[in-house]
Amino acid sequence: MVNMIIDGKNVSAPKGSMLLEAIRGAGISVPTLCAHEAVSRSGACRLCVVEIKKGNRTRIVTSCLYGVEEGLTVNTKSDRVLNVRRLVMELLLARCPESDLLQKMAKDMAVEPQDRYAVDTDKGKCILCRSCVRVCEEVVGVSAIGLFSRGSYKEVGTPYNEKSDVCIGCGACVYVCPTGHIEMTSTGDKRKIWGRTFKMQACEKCGKFFAPVDQLKFISKKTGVPFKELTTCTECR
Amino acid sequence: MNENPDIQAHQLLDNLSLYYGPKKKFVAICAGTGCRASGSLKVKEALEAELKKQNMNEVDVLATGCLGFCEKGPMVIVHPDKYFYQHVKVEDVPEIVSKTVAKGEIISRLVYRHPETQKTLYREEDLPFYKKQNRIVFGQNGMLDPSKIEAYFNIDGYQALAKVLSEMTPEDVINEVKKAGLRGRGGGGFPAAVKWEGVRRAHGEPKYVIANGDEGDPGAYMDRSLMEGNPHSVIEGMIIGAYAVGSNQGYIYVRNEYPLAVTHLTIALEAARQNGLLGKNILGTNFSFDIHINKGAGAFVCGESSALFASIEGRAGEPRAKYVHAVEKGLYDKPTVLNNVETWANVPLIINKGADWYASIGTEGSKGTKIFSLVGKINNTGLIEVPMGTTLYEIIYDMGGGIPNGRKFKAVQTGGPSGGCIPERLLDIPVDFDKLYEVGSMMGSGGMIVMDETSCMVDVARYFLEFLKEESCGKCVPCREGIRRMSDILEDICSGRGREGDIEILESMGAAIADGSLCALGGSAPNPVLSTIRYFREEYEAHIKEHRCPAGVCKALITYSIDPDNCTGCGVCVKVCATQAITGEKKKAHVIDKDKCTRCGACIQSCKFDAIKVK
Amino acid sequence: MTNVTEIKQKTKQIIKKHKSNKSALIAVLQDIQEAFNYLPKEALKTASNMMKVPMSRVYEAATFYTAFSLKPRGKHIVKICKGTACHVRGAAILQDRFETTLGIKPGETTKDGKFSLETVNCVGACALGPVVVINTDYHGQVTINKVDKIIKKINNEEGAQQ
Repeated sequence: MVNMIIDGKNVSAPKGSMLLEAIRGAGISVPTLCAHEAVSRSGACRLCVVEIKKGNRTRIVTSCLYGVEEGLTVNTKSDRVLNVRRLVMELLLARCPESDLLQKMAKDMAVEPQDRYAVDTDKGKCILCRSCVRVCEEVVGVSAIGLFSRGSYKEVGTPYNEKSDVCIGCGACVYVCPTGHIEMTSTGDKRKIWGRTFKMQACEKCGKFFAPVDQLKFISKKTGVPFKELTTCTECR
Repeated sequence: MNENPDIQAHQLLDNLSLYYGPKKKFVAICAGTGCRASGSLKVKEALEAELKKQNMNEVDVLATGCLGFCEKGPMVIVHPDKYFYQHVKVEDVPEIVSKTVAKGEIISRLVYRHPETQKTLYREEDLPFYKKQNRIVFGQNGMLDPSKIEAYFNIDGYQALAKVLSEMTPEDVINEVKKAGLRGRGGGGFPAAVKWEGVRRAHGEPKYVIANGDEGDPGAYMDRSLMEGNPHSVIEGMIIGAYAVGSNQGYIYVRNEYPLAVTHLTIALEAARQNGLLGKNILGTNFSFDIHINKGAGAFVCGESSALFASIEGRAGEPRAKYVHAVEKGLYDKPTVLNNVETWANVPLIINKGADWYASIGTEGSKGTKIFSLVGKINNTGLIEVPMGTTLYEIIYDMGGGIPNGRKFKAVQTGGPSGGCIPERLLDIPVDFDKLYEVGSMMGSGGMIVMDETSCMVDVARYFLEFLKEESCGKCVPCREGIRRMSDILEDICSGRGREGDIEILESMGAAIADGSLCALGGSAPNPVLSTIRYFREEYEAHIKEHRCPAGVCKALITYSIDPDNCTGCGVCVKVCATQAITGEKKKAHVIDKDKCTRCGACIQSCKFDAIKVK
Repeated sequence: MTNVTEIKQKTKQIIKKHKSNKSALIAVLQDIQEAFNYLPKEALKTASNMMKVPMSRVYEAATFYTAFSLKPRGKHIVKICKGTACHVRGAAILQDRFETTLGIKPGETTKDGKFSLETVNCVGACALGPVVVINTDYHGQVTINKVDKIIKKINNEEGAQQ
């Protein structure tokens, strides 16, 4: 175990864990947007920043990626920390004015929109947290979507904005997206996502459409389990 | 360390005819990218042809890399007297050969003339530009044809490597570099030996050694000139470093905007391999090391270490949060030394001449010399190498020759987009790593952009933010979103849409972006804005409160008009105006329609009578 | 116009030269860009298949770096240096002139495929600023007059060839 002082409290945390878990474990809240339990950490949103002190040096670091260290002093509410969080929220509110989640978070953090920033109308609700890209790469393993271009032109999608040959329509990206930016529509036996329509498989037992055929085929190929053994939905198993 | 590599190195030298002994006659001509753009290759060809024509076949023409005094190119230096000729044209060549090369006679029209005393100075070392420099690294360019390894052998090239492999352990090498006090020349200023030690001690194989030749700071071209003009100095430094840390694989990452550097590095690497200096069993020892060249693809952010690694790994150049240092987990998550090209070029010198000699140059905290690019509104544009601790005043006035066209100095921008602007009252600052931080700037990679009263400091801040906006990788919110919002506000201010409170918003945003960004691109992005606010606040206020641009630059805030006293009615401006905004009768004073005028500047550039006024 | 088979073949050659090494993706894209003056979709698909790199990763690299173009570029690529030294010496005025005369903005190509306009951040020829590079030719101390002359010269050469 490693001993630290967080907001004046003595806190112990297991070696190898991140500050974020140690801080939350101590009952202190830390806002996050790009950290999701299903995927690796990226440190992109910068909301979880804290001020650490080691010897004489203070630094602002993202708690999601900074490992716990013996003797560390952590301040989760210093002026510098609150300024960064406020700036991040102001910037995101201007980027995605229609996001309910962001508006709620801002309210909880007592942050008002900065009217000096003209709001965007073309970014939808995407905050470029990249959780969708990571889940498609790390968990599903097909890397159907990516983050293209750079800077403020950066956007998430499929190459050339065309139907992806490798997408299996599983909807994992929708599941991890914090703001609900990704559109997935289901009508009858069809599911539409990322511009491609998937035929859904009906459950053998209850008849509900539960997964795209392509997804089941993919799982079958990956695991070696024959396709016809996968045509039952999770509830009926 | 079996066979004595020292002997092998000497053997290599003995086997070659020495190129350029002290008395030998030869003609050096700068063939760096800058002088090539001025036509120096044609002059070189003319020299070769003329020498042949006049039967002087024993006189060589040495096409060197950048010689530093770029303002005066194409430049020719006639050895052994080292007579310096500037702005040489093909037409001058026959005379140069028949008079100076053959008989040692000076051609006065080609010689440097001191702008104030009008005194002619004809030896390179007498020119004010060169006098106060200490060109321990860059000066070697003048003796080298970068495509010939023999020329490098001739100036004791690879002697340092031979010494290291035959007499020193890796720890000895690290200690020597530590004693010398070498700090990184790319902008970070981190002690090189500490980095090397970190990698030596780290766990993980293989270990990597990389030269950062991405030199993205606009206005900086020192590394370009080293890679083009003296590639072996970088390679030798890397081999020594690799030996010190225990690495067998190195990379040189070169911007793709530097094709000549890539060519010369490629030639140099191959020559080094052929001479047993690179590859398996270097100089007969059991130390093996080789270097691969990776070209950049147009991303300033790839100068940042973790973005550079990502690029070598075949991915988009997005940095990673650096809580685990590159010395532990760098390229491919293995221990990696990443040093700037100029840093590597200093290493052979330290080994050859000793740490004590090196540490005797410079200041307490910043040892050795630094190569700077001196550009912008300055008389003597070029590359200079000075001991750390030289003052900005000496650089700009003694070496740089001051401001052209009788204008007044306003500011010098150092450190590129990560740096800041320094006003006149601070020109006595000695240039080293620490002093420039104190005044809100930094040394960075060494770019120094001089500005005069016709430069608008708000426009400078706007320019840098626009640059950074385009170069941001887009991963983290403060940089991606924050820089573009700051850029929008600066754009507003320069267009007359600035609002009360904008300066305060910029200051507040600046602090949060500096703290919150993932890497140093975002982390230092606010510097140009914050430093110009600090020293030129009144200029910002004029733009915001009075909609006035004192320097006469911001198009939306200035008007062009024709001074009827100077205008001769020649009509040249009418022809170049893209919006037909100028009208008038022949030989009579013309008039500009302010509504049609876009202040593009075409008329000002073409008017020979200084009749167009900016307000 | 190169056809799809030629594109695939040439791309395969390039990838073989780099031993299908995943790390060499950037270098492969650079060679493809050099061969076709842009990155054809078929070439990227071939690269993805042969090097076993997901298409999204290939496309990420292709769109991240400004050295790459997904659309065919013009015969004469005009690069205006926007380094600080050139900016201070009036590069913005030259950009205006090129934009107005050619009718395109940076990143675009004229309809007749003759000119592409780009900006580049410092080519390292600061003593000659403002600098414009056209393909591999460097032009220094460029004025509006020179811009007009350069465009005229290229148009004349193109006309003469036809």
